[in-house]
Amino acid sequence: MENSHIVILEKLVKRFPMGVRKFTALDGIDLSFGKGEFAGFVGPSGSGKTTLLNIIGSLDTPSEGKAVVLGHSISALTHKDAANLRNKHLGFIFQTYNLFPVYTVYENVEFPLLLLKIPADERKKMVLEAIEWVGLIDKIKSKPAQLSGGESQRVAIARAMVKKPEIVLADEPTANLDAQNSHHILQTMENLNKDLKTTFLFATHDEKVIKYLKRKITLFDGKVAKDKLKEQ
Amino acid sequence: MLGFKLAYRNLIGAGLRTWLNVIVLSFSFVVIIWHKGLLEGWNQQARKDMIAWQIGGGVYWHENYDPYDPFTLQDSHGKITSQIQNEIAQDKLTPILIEQAIIYPDGRMQSVLMKGIDPRQTILELPSTRLYSDIEEVPVMIGSRMAKNNRLEVGDFVTVRWRDANGVFDAAEAKIVKIFKSNVPAIDNGQIWIPIERLWTMTKLNNEATILIVNRDYVKANTFNGWNFKDHDFLLAEMDQIIHQKSVGGSILYVILLFLAMLAIFDTQVLSIFRRQKEIGTHLALGMTRGQVIKLFTIEGAMHSVLAAIVAAIYGIPLLSIQAIRGFSIPIATDDYGLASAERIFPNYSAALVIGTILIVLITATIVSYLPTRKIAKMKPTEALKGKIQ
Repeated sequence: MENSHIVILEKLVKRFPMGVRKFTALDGIDLSFGKGEFAGFVGPSGSGKTTLLNIIGSLDTPSEGKAVVLGHSISALTHKDAANLRNKHLGFIFQTYNLFPVYTVYENVEFPLLLLKIPADERKKMVLEAIEWVGLIDKIKSKPAQLSGGESQRVAIARAMVKKPEIVLADEPTANLDAQNSHHILQTMENLNKDLKTTFLFATHDEKVIKYLKRKITLFDGKVAKDKLKEQ
Repeated sequence: MLGFKLAYRNLIGAGLRTWLNVIVLSFSFVVIIWHKGLLEGWNQQARKDMIAWQIGGGVYWHENYDPYDPFTLQDSHGKITSQIQNEIAQDKLTPILIEQAIIYPDGRMQSVLMKGIDPRQTILELPSTRLYSDIEEVPVMIGSRMAKNNRLEVGDFVTVRWRDANGVFDAAEAKIVKIFKSNVPAIDNGQIWIPIERLWTMTKLNNEATILIVNRDYVKANTFNGWNFKDHDFLLAEMDQIIHQKSVGGSILYVILLFLAMLAIFDTQVLSIFRRQKEIGTHLALGMTRGQVIKLFTIEGAMHSVLAAIVAAIYGIPLLSIQAIRGFSIPIATDDYGLASAERIFPNYSAALVIGTILIVLITATIVSYLPTRKIAKMKPTEALKGKIQ
């Protein structure tokens, strides 16, 4: 059973120093995710959603417990190994898009492939394919400042998806978008999940996102309050 | 290679911010190269002029001769032996006899060095042939500075008083037959040039000389008893020192310029790291290591100097080339430095100077760019992603 899971979290604890005391953001999380899941962590602010996503994304390490992502124990990874894991297998989508402001749409999407040292011809093909997925082929030479919020987030999705990672981690991806754009974005991600079998993990409290989730994990005070699969 | 590619994209993408730094830095390039080239050109021109007008291929000093002590002049002369005479006949040497004298231009009294030179000599550029004269007065050639200071013109008469070998004072009327223009103050100020044979007669120092100037093309210097040979290294040492001092003084100017340019880069880097924390976080999230991000930001800063070199080349090459061809006008007052100086200096921009300057600026810019980036190594990716100041 364990072998089919690409993310395994066992008795996961994360504490942050707060003055002389420590704040417990995650308190004994036990979860696992299989390939191709479309799941999300929901809950109020401070419930530990982003912290959990950061640990799965190897951007942070647990204080206690185990977090194994694609066979790599996050606690045991060096900075370099963690970067390597993110580079090859993980994609990130952020609430504020985090596009490089001086790059064009093409260059933003191309960035992860440059890090992977993909040859130029193949890279071009992959970038154009990813931009096509999100329907922004006409904006290829635009810079982020020339894009709307929805378009920017679609570029971020293309950037996260261009290398066809095993897992995409999306932190509040629709928080800055209107309803129409949110649905468009979520449909895009849902299609990519179906077509490429990419695992999507969300951190959100947006009802629009929650409606799309196939598995909803409710966090409260750093604990899993509910773990519910969507009825088909 | 990736670092260079991304750094180039970032720099070009940053637009005006990049170009402002690049333009300031390009000024440093051009000013440093221009100033160094000017000094180098001046140095070369001064050396060339001193060799042509004053020291030839080297100088034999009479063993008692000390140019810094005029009181020794009375005893610092020796016989031109047959061996020396033989060399003079072959145009390998030319003798100069130096005596103290006083002239009375326009009723004023002026101490001078009276130098006897062979009018037939061709070793020095001095127009000594103009001293051929059948006039009764002593034919005198002076430099333009001497003429200006004493308000003398060609055709003017002036009384000259001197002491002969027996210590007896004598005087004669002299006529200015030539005023020459030379870039070398050391053969001009406070000096009068007369035919050496006339000076021998006047001073009763027949066939004697104080110094022997060696022909430039005459490489091997013989040894003459009672004479000490002084080569270029010795004779030009003082000038080299003055040029060196001027170079150090000038360095302050370009150190300030370089400092300002580096301050701009440092400031940009600090600001970049402060303002681009989210971008740094994104780089880390997308799979760059901290080392790669540090490298990227360092290359980005250092690339300012590469772009600056290109920009400097665009406007600097035509500007400096025009100046190298047309020369740089030096004010007359520069003579006061005591350094041979032409009215126009032609800067000399060597490949070593250009490459050396580029390397200095590039290395300095790289160090300055690297220093602020060390902060990145301490950044937490999760905090950086939020753009939180760390």
